Amino acid sequence: MWDYSEKVMDHYRNPRNVGKIDNADAIGEAGSLACGDSLKLYLKVDNGIVTDAKFQTFGCGSAVASSSILTEMIIGKPIDEVRKITNKDIADELGGLPPEKMHCSVMGHEALEDALKKYYNEVMQINLPETTDKLICQCFDVRESQILEAIKTNKLKTVEEVTNYTKAGGACGKCKDSIKAILNEYWAKQDENKPKLTQAQKILKINKVIENQISPELQKDGGDIELVDIDDNKVYVKLRGKCSGCKNSHITLKIFVEQVLQEAVSNLIEVIEV
Amino acid sequence: MTNLVYLDNNATTKVDEKVLEAMLPYFKEEYANPSSMYDFAKNPHNVLNVARKQVQELLGAESEREIVFTSCGSESANTAIKGTLANNKTKRHIITTAVEHPCVLNVYKHFEKQGYKVDYLGVNSNGELDLEELKEKVTEETALVSVMWANNETGIIFPVEKIAEIVKEKNPETVVYVDAVQVAGKINIDVKNTKIDMLGVSGHKFHAPKGVGALYVKSGTIVSPLIIGGHQERGKRAGTENVPYIVGIGKAAELAKEYLSYEANEIKRLRDKLEAGILKHVFNSRLNTSITNRVPNTTNIGFQYIEGELILLHLSDIGICASSGSACTSGSLEPSHVLRAMGVPFTSLHGSIRFSLSRYTTEQEIDYVIEKLPPIIEKLTNISPYQEELAALKNLK
Repeated sequence: MWDYSEKVMDHYRNPRNVGKIDNADAIGEAGSLACGDSLKLYLKVDNGIVTDAKFQTFGCGSAVASSSILTEMIIGKPIDEVRKITNKDIADELGGLPPEKMHCSVMGHEALEDALKKYYNEVMQINLPETTDKLICQCFDVRESQILEAIKTNKLKTVEEVTNYTKAGGACGKCKDSIKAILNEYWAKQDENKPKLTQAQKILKINKVIENQISPELQKDGGDIELVDIDDNKVYVKLRGKCSGCKNSHITLKIFVEQVLQEAVSNLIEVIEV
Repeated sequence: MTNLVYLDNNATTKVDEKVLEAMLPYFKEEYANPSSMYDFAKNPHNVLNVARKQVQELLGAESEREIVFTSCGSESANTAIKGTLANNKTKRHIITTAVEHPCVLNVYKHFEKQGYKVDYLGVNSNGELDLEELKEKVTEETALVSVMWANNETGIIFPVEKIAEIVKEKNPETVVYVDAVQVAGKINIDVKNTKIDMLGVSGHKFHAPKGVGALYVKSGTIVSPLIIGGHQERGKRAGTENVPYIVGIGKAAELAKEYLSYEANEIKRLRDKLEAGILKHVFNSRLNTSITNRVPNTTNIGFQYIEGELILLHLSDIGICASSGSACTSGSLEPSHVLRAMGVPFTSLHGSIRFSLSRYTTEQEIDYVIEKLPPIIEKLTNISPYQEELAALKNLK
C-alpha cells in the first residue's frame, strides 16, 4: 500500500481537466503503453497566457494526480512562468510523492516540456536549441537529458534514486553503469569550483575534516567516529561510543558525515560504515 | 468504510473461527514445551501428531511422518531447494518454470550466482508448459526439478503428476519439488500416488493464520535442515514447535478437506458468475487466463488501456479488495512476469486484475462487484489517452 498524500488521493479520485482540446495550440506527449504509463497534455495559449489545459493519462494513481494538478498549476499562467515548472514543483504541489513514484511527476514535466517545445516551434516559429541526447535506458526509453534534469532538480546521488525518479535502470538494469557514469560526471563537474586535490591531498583533507569538524560534533552527543580506510571516493568509517549501535546511526552517516565531506572535499564522496 | 468485499484470497485468507478456537488453549492453558517430560506436556506433544495427521490427509501423504511443519510457504520452498542441493553438491543443474512465485524464483537466482545452471521453462499463451521441452532438458546433471502446482496470478494448473513421471523416467535421482501453496484446499491432492518427492504449502492460504506452513518430504528423501539446532521435526527443522499455530494449520487442513467439493462447485460457480458478468458488461475487458484448467477460485481479467493500480485504488474506495499484476502496485516498475511469459499484450497487461474467492465469498458480494465495477472502469477509460483504440475495440464487440 502506498502512502499517498490527501491531495494525491483527491486528484486521482476526482481528476480535474480530463479530456482533449480539439483546437489545441500544442499537444505534449510522454511515456508509452509498453512502459505502463503515458500522458497527453493539451494546451490552449492566448497572448502568451495558458488559457486552457486538459489531459489524458494512462497510468497509476500518482500519474493521474500529477497530470491533474499540473493542469491546475498552468491554467491562467504566462507561458514564461510555465516554462520554469519542474517535476519537483509538481510533486511538492501534491504534498509529496513516495520515492518510487517520483517518475510520475517527471512524466508530467516531460509532457509539459514537449508541449512547450511544439508551441515554440510551430506557433511562435522559434526553434528551441536541440540537444544531442543519448538514449540511456532502452527498456523505458529514457534519455541522458532527462536523467541529468532529474539529478539536477532533485539533487540525486545514487543510481537507485535515478531509477525512482526516471524509471531508467528499473527493468533489465543494463544501463545502470551508464547512469552511474552520468552521476559521477555531473557531480565531478559540481566539484570544479573546489580546489583540485591530488590523491594524497584528498586523504589528508578527509582526515582533517573528520578530526576537526565531524568528530567534535559527534563527541558532543557522547559518540565518535574513526576513519578506517579511503579507497578513491569511498570513505570507510567506524562509529564509536554512543553512535555505535544507535538506531539513527545510518542517518548520522548519510545526512551529517557524508554531507560535510561532500561539501568540503568532493560531491562524489560516499561514506560506508564498517 | 463501505462493506468489505474481500476478493484477494490468493494473497491471504481470513482465519476460520474454528481454527482460532482450536488454537487458543495452546496460548492460555496448554503452553508446555512438547519436548518436556512431565504430564503437563503430554497434550501439547500429542496435538502435534494430530495436526500432522490432518495435514497428511489433506495432502494425501502415505504417513504423517512425511509432514514437516515450517513457518511459511517460503520456508518450505527454501528447505526443499537448499536442503536438496546441499546433499548433492556435484550435480549443478536445476529446471524450473518462468512463472514460479518470486519466493522460489529468487532462490534460483541466488543459486545461479553461485554457478548453478538453471533452465526456466516458458509457457504458451494458455499458460501451459511444453512437456517435450522438459523431457529434453532433464539430464544426468539435473539435481532438482521444481514446478508450481497452480499459479498464484492466473490459477492455471500444471500437470505436476505427469511432470514428476517424465522427470523420474529420464533420471530417477532427480528430486521433484512442487510448490502447492495455491492448490491446498482448492483441488484434491493425492501425493502418495505421484512421483513427487517434496511439496510445500502455506497455512494462511487456506484459513490458518500467517506464520505456519508445511513441507511434505516423501519417506526416503534426504533433505538437509535449513535451521540447525534441536531434533524437532525429525531433525528436518529445529526450533521449539509452534504448537498453537501447528494446531491451527491442522484444523485448517481438516476443514479444507471437508470444503473441497464446496470449492469445486459453489466457489467455482461464483467465480464463473463474476467473470462472465465483468466480461459481459465491460467492453474493454479481456480474460488473461485459461478458461478451463485452473483452480476454482481465481480469475484474472485485463482492462485494456487502463492501469491496474488506478483500478485497485478506485475499487478500494468502494470496499472491494483485489490485486493487480501491474508494475505500479509492486514498485518494481516491471509488470507481472507471469502474464508477460504468457505473452499477454501490453494493452491488457498493465490493467490486469486478479480476483480470488474463498468459502466466505457470498453471492451478494459477487453481485455487488458486477454492479459497481463497470461504471468505475467506464470512468477510468474516459481518462485514457487511447480513445481511438478504445473506440475500435467497442465497435468490435
